[in-house]
Amino acid sequence: MAFGVIKNVRKVFEPAELGAGALEPVVALADASFEFGEGDLVALLGPSGCGKTTLLRIAGGLIAKTAGSVTIGGREITTPTGDYGFVFQSPSLMPWRNVLDNVLFPMEILGRNDVAARRHAHELLELVGLEGFLSARPHQLSGGMQQRVALCRALIHRPRLLLMDEPFGALDELTRLEMNDLLLRIRHETKASVLFVTHSISEAIYLADKVIVFSKRPGRVAREIPVTIPYPRSQKVRFTPAFTAPERIASEALGVIAPSSEETVAP
Amino acid sequence: MSARFVSQVLYPLAGVVVIVAVWMLACWLANIPTVVLPSPDKVVRSLVQRRDLLIGESWVTFKETLYGFVLALLVGLPLAVAVANSRPLNLMFYPLLIALQSVPKVALAPMILVWLGTGMESKLAIVWLVAFFPIIVDTAAGLRATPRELVELARSLNASPLQLFLKVQLPAALPFVVTGAKVAITLAVIGAVIGEFVGSSEGLGFLLLSATSQLDTPLAFAALFALSVLGIFVYALVGLGERMMSPWLPPALERH
Repeated sequence: MAFGVIKNVRKVFEPAELGAGALEPVVALADASFEFGEGDLVALLGPSGCGKTTLLRIAGGLIAKTAGSVTIGGREITTPTGDYGFVFQSPSLMPWRNVLDNVLFPMEILGRNDVAARRHAHELLELVGLEGFLSARPHQLSGGMQQRVALCRALIHRPRLLLMDEPFGALDELTRLEMNDLLLRIRHETKASVLFVTHSISEAIYLADKVIVFSKRPGRVAREIPVTIPYPRSQKVRFTPAFTAPERIASEALGVIAPSSEETVAP
Repeated sequence: MSARFVSQVLYPLAGVVVIVAVWMLACWLANIPTVVLPSPDKVVRSLVQRRDLLIGESWVTFKETLYGFVLALLVGLPLAVAVANSRPLNLMFYPLLIALQSVPKVALAPMILVWLGTGMESKLAIVWLVAFFPIIVDTAAGLRATPRELVELARSLNASPLQLFLKVQLPAALPFVVTGAKVAITLAVIGAVIGEFVGSSEGLGFLLLSATSQLDTPLAFAALFALSVLGIFVYALVGLGERMMSPWLPPALERH
């Protein structure tokens, strides 16, 4: 059986949940179903407002779903399990903690902030090339460096699943490519499964084993695209047919380009 | 001489010298009676001659200010936490707080005096009343402004409400608390003086009143001077507390 099973998940935000001024319920996610195996990197790709972030929060147990079921590692998710790492679009570091203490925050909450945890934090920070910044404050780091710290924080408690919500969306293109390679390396070392929300087609293809394309709001799964490029991948694969073919399919599914028949696709 | 010394010490000092010189000249040239406007040298003489009296009365006002301020912190902080975390409590008490704030405290002072007498208690009550509003409002705003991601991060790790509060919300709100406290401490001095004006037998406010009624204007000015020194001193105390509690504040935020 698959490691993660998302089945007919639906989310309707009631006016009370949306806060002041909202009168109508909003269907954020109409119907989402897909499965993924242990260690898979799945990209959730779609236009803004299609409910992919909502699905990520549901998978993390942070918000309740209206209907459907989410099972991860054989466990039905209704509340946070503490067994996954979250990376947000903004680094969301704590300005009052230095780099090392930011990374160790989850271990403090879990009550496992011991010598082994500190050693692991050092290893992770070395892995992302920040071993020289242990006692720096977040505001002294660049955006890319901050996001690396956030990555380490998400990994410190050795979660089986990483939930990433457009983590590199705010970075410049070159930093973003660098971070993509870093993520693939980390994923190779930790063997963690990853759900990766993005609105970048090429980022989704480059990273993922499988791309789930969402339609516009109310979101539903429009297409499931397997990516067969073998790992380890390098930026060169972007120019191979194994990359451009799924890129084209995703673009079509998103309505970026008109659907085309096989004949017109030049090799 | 460093540039910092010039800009932080020399220039402000020069400003004071200019003002004092103009003041002095005005007194001499226009021949203003001392009762109306004492010349600076008379004020200084009064400051020196009556220093024991001034220090004694300053001490009284300082205690009223500080105790009232601490009381405002002790009541304001938990109340802010309650209001920020509970929607019903917020709906119940926030309008009341605003209403209370819009009542001029000077107008309440005589009533408080009737209730609590002319001793320390009435001063504490008035100081508390003026100081606790900025503390509660800023703290509640700070607690609500905690980045949603940090709250979700803590929740994703099954943090207890206490952990969430102590490790995320409170440190995130601390810069706001300090801002509120800075406003509160300056108001606290005013509150203490109002209390002393309305009914008291000690403190700088009382000294100010009695000196003017005895036409001892130099002493009144000396009392005013002591009052501003006191105000700067308590403000600096809060600033010191800020630096001790939140060393993480980036330089841009440090200068309020």
